[in-house]
Amino acid sequence: MTKLSRRNFLYTTGAAAAATLASPLVARAGTDTIKVGGLHDLSGALDSTGVPMNQVFQLAIKEINDAGGLLGKQVEAVIYDPQSNMSLYSQYATQLALKDKVDVVMGGITSASRETIRPIFHRYNTFYFYNTQYEGGVCDRNEITLGTTPAQTVKRVIPYAMNLYGKKVYTVAADYNYGHITAAWVKRYVEENGGEVIATEFFPLDVAQFGSTISKIQGAKPDFVLSAMVGTSHLGFYRQWAAAGMKSQIPIVSTVYGAGGTEQVILTHEESDGIIASFGYFEAIDNPTNKAFLEKVAQEYPDKKWVMSEISEVTYEGMKIWADAVKEAGSTKRDALLEVLTSGKTYDMPAGKVKIDPKTQHAVRDVYIATCKDGVFGINETFPDSQPEDTQMVCDLIKDPKSNTQYEISL
Amino acid sequence: MDYTLVVALEMIRAIAWLVLLASGLAIIFGMMRIINFAHGEFLMLGGYTVVISTNAGVNEWVSILILAPVVVGVFGIIVERLVIQRLYGRILDSLLATWGLSMLMMGGVTMIFGNTVQGVSTPFGGMKIGAYQVPIYNFVLIGFAVLVLVAIWCVLKFTKAGLIARATMQNADMAEALGIRTRWVYMTTFGIGSAITGLAGGLLAPVTGVVPTMGMNLVGQSFITVITGGASVIAGTLSSATLLGTISQGVTFLTGPVYGDAALLVTALVLLRLLPQGITGRIFKRSL
Repeated sequence: MTKLSRRNFLYTTGAAAAATLASPLVARAGTDTIKVGGLHDLSGALDSTGVPMNQVFQLAIKEINDAGGLLGKQVEAVIYDPQSNMSLYSQYATQLALKDKVDVVMGGITSASRETIRPIFHRYNTFYFYNTQYEGGVCDRNEITLGTTPAQTVKRVIPYAMNLYGKKVYTVAADYNYGHITAAWVKRYVEENGGEVIATEFFPLDVAQFGSTISKIQGAKPDFVLSAMVGTSHLGFYRQWAAAGMKSQIPIVSTVYGAGGTEQVILTHEESDGIIASFGYFEAIDNPTNKAFLEKVAQEYPDKKWVMSEISEVTYEGMKIWADAVKEAGSTKRDALLEVLTSGKTYDMPAGKVKIDPKTQHAVRDVYIATCKDGVFGINETFPDSQPEDTQMVCDLIKDPKSNTQYEISL
Repeated sequence: MDYTLVVALEMIRAIAWLVLLASGLAIIFGMMRIINFAHGEFLMLGGYTVVISTNAGVNEWVSILILAPVVVGVFGIIVERLVIQRLYGRILDSLLATWGLSMLMMGGVTMIFGNTVQGVSTPFGGMKIGAYQVPIYNFVLIGFAVLVLVAIWCVLKFTKAGLIARATMQNADMAEALGIRTRWVYMTTFGIGSAITGLAGGLLAPVTGVVPTMGMNLVGQSFITVITGGASVIAGTLSSATLLGTISQGVTFLTGPVYGDAALLVTALVLLRLLPQGITGRIFKRSL
């Protein structure tokens, strides 16, 4: 065994350092790939959502490469982990745009992270796909938004639940922009359907005790509770609700339960059963594309514990739709792709038919209402071709292609 | 009438919740002056122990009452031997080291068990109070909060071990001179503090979401309770938990959870301005 003297150490580490410095150059000279960026939280508070998104993102790339790649080149994923931290989001977004010079970026989970990176990609003309269901209103020619907005989901699930249970609604929501905006939509749709929101309560994200709220709800006797509760502390609401024996008495409808694909797994079946939700995707969707998709996912990630949810399936869609457009346009240039994407083509996805609305560059898609039973959502009703009406009210990218903002939709 | 009863019960449960969260920390911070920033993750470890072992077929009560405190207690002793024992008297260093430990624990648990683990359901179901329904498990939480405080009090007051512990915390050099191995006392105290934290984490597991990052939301409330309480373990924890729990739940009932949360922070702020050493720095000074 050679002894590790100080000089020796310097030699070896020096050589190693030189090699690492040199290697990107070598690699760059040798490869000819199309680079796509992935920005999903793989650690920190949002990792339970980000990890599945990233896995499905990689699966889509693998499929594209197995089918021969794009424009005769292989697709290479450049993946960073923003660790649920906004300053890392802006740092990595800048790196993806300027250093890695990727052709497109998929990612961002919360609206806060999207509004951190969207202006960066806009500034550097790096094409950006946001694949999360969100509150609506983004108007940016550089962004394709594929997730559902309140006009697609909340608008449908509210009359559905009011028909089933009655007109008195009690809203509980997370205390940040998503919860407040959703609560406003809920109020609007409840009133449009001739009902009444008898109370709305907001909860800071670290609140984990819901006893007093549950008592208040019991006192107010609503026909159903609408929950826009977010995060793991708020999961305690569903647990304490069940523990108080309320499950059999007042039903819960949620705009966000099951969104990350982990809620149904973390809660027990007794706690999650009967909750009604509305999204653009559920595992139970019955079409051949979805069956093949779920089989592939199970094959690729046999140990996965999460359930496929809208946020992950749409990330897969994002990659596939972008690849399809690249093939059709014969280019990875954003403007050429936008022309193809907004031409009204219908994409056959696991979630059903997806089209891109040229005015808002949001998805026009099938929306589903489902009930949780034994930890699995079963579909009750399908609404084909649901338009992102909320964003359409404020955004017209055909008239104003320079737009670069998220409008607040006044209710 | 029912409503008053439900509100009162909810306040007592909120107090019990704070007592459970803070007792283990109060022992470690109050007696040993070590700031355990990984306290939230110790709670998480207790919760994870319950969830993992219950899913593996162990009886839920065995995992809550025996496995959670034992696992976290042993883990605490290992941490004390490896890290904490080098940091006595160095408050800021201990803060930094345990902060690192908390990240290590979050990452470690995510790596080993994953961040998506099926939870355990709350035992016993609900109970009617007039027009209202409350979980029977609330009474379990309240019962154990009382039990924990009584047990700590009895040990400190009536046993030789308690006497030795108090002597060591009061004047370690003198205790050493009298033939007490203070290193062992510190280690045991840290272990017991950890075990109580593990028990608390286990008891909370059925009512909250058990994920690797759950500690971050609990550590704040725990520290606020301990600091507001001041140096004495029992009187401090009890008085501050009572004050903070009553005020936060009272405000929550009157207005809403946002103000309830804010009221808890404002109360702690005002109290610390008036009583910088905590409640027991001025009142109940000579209590345990």
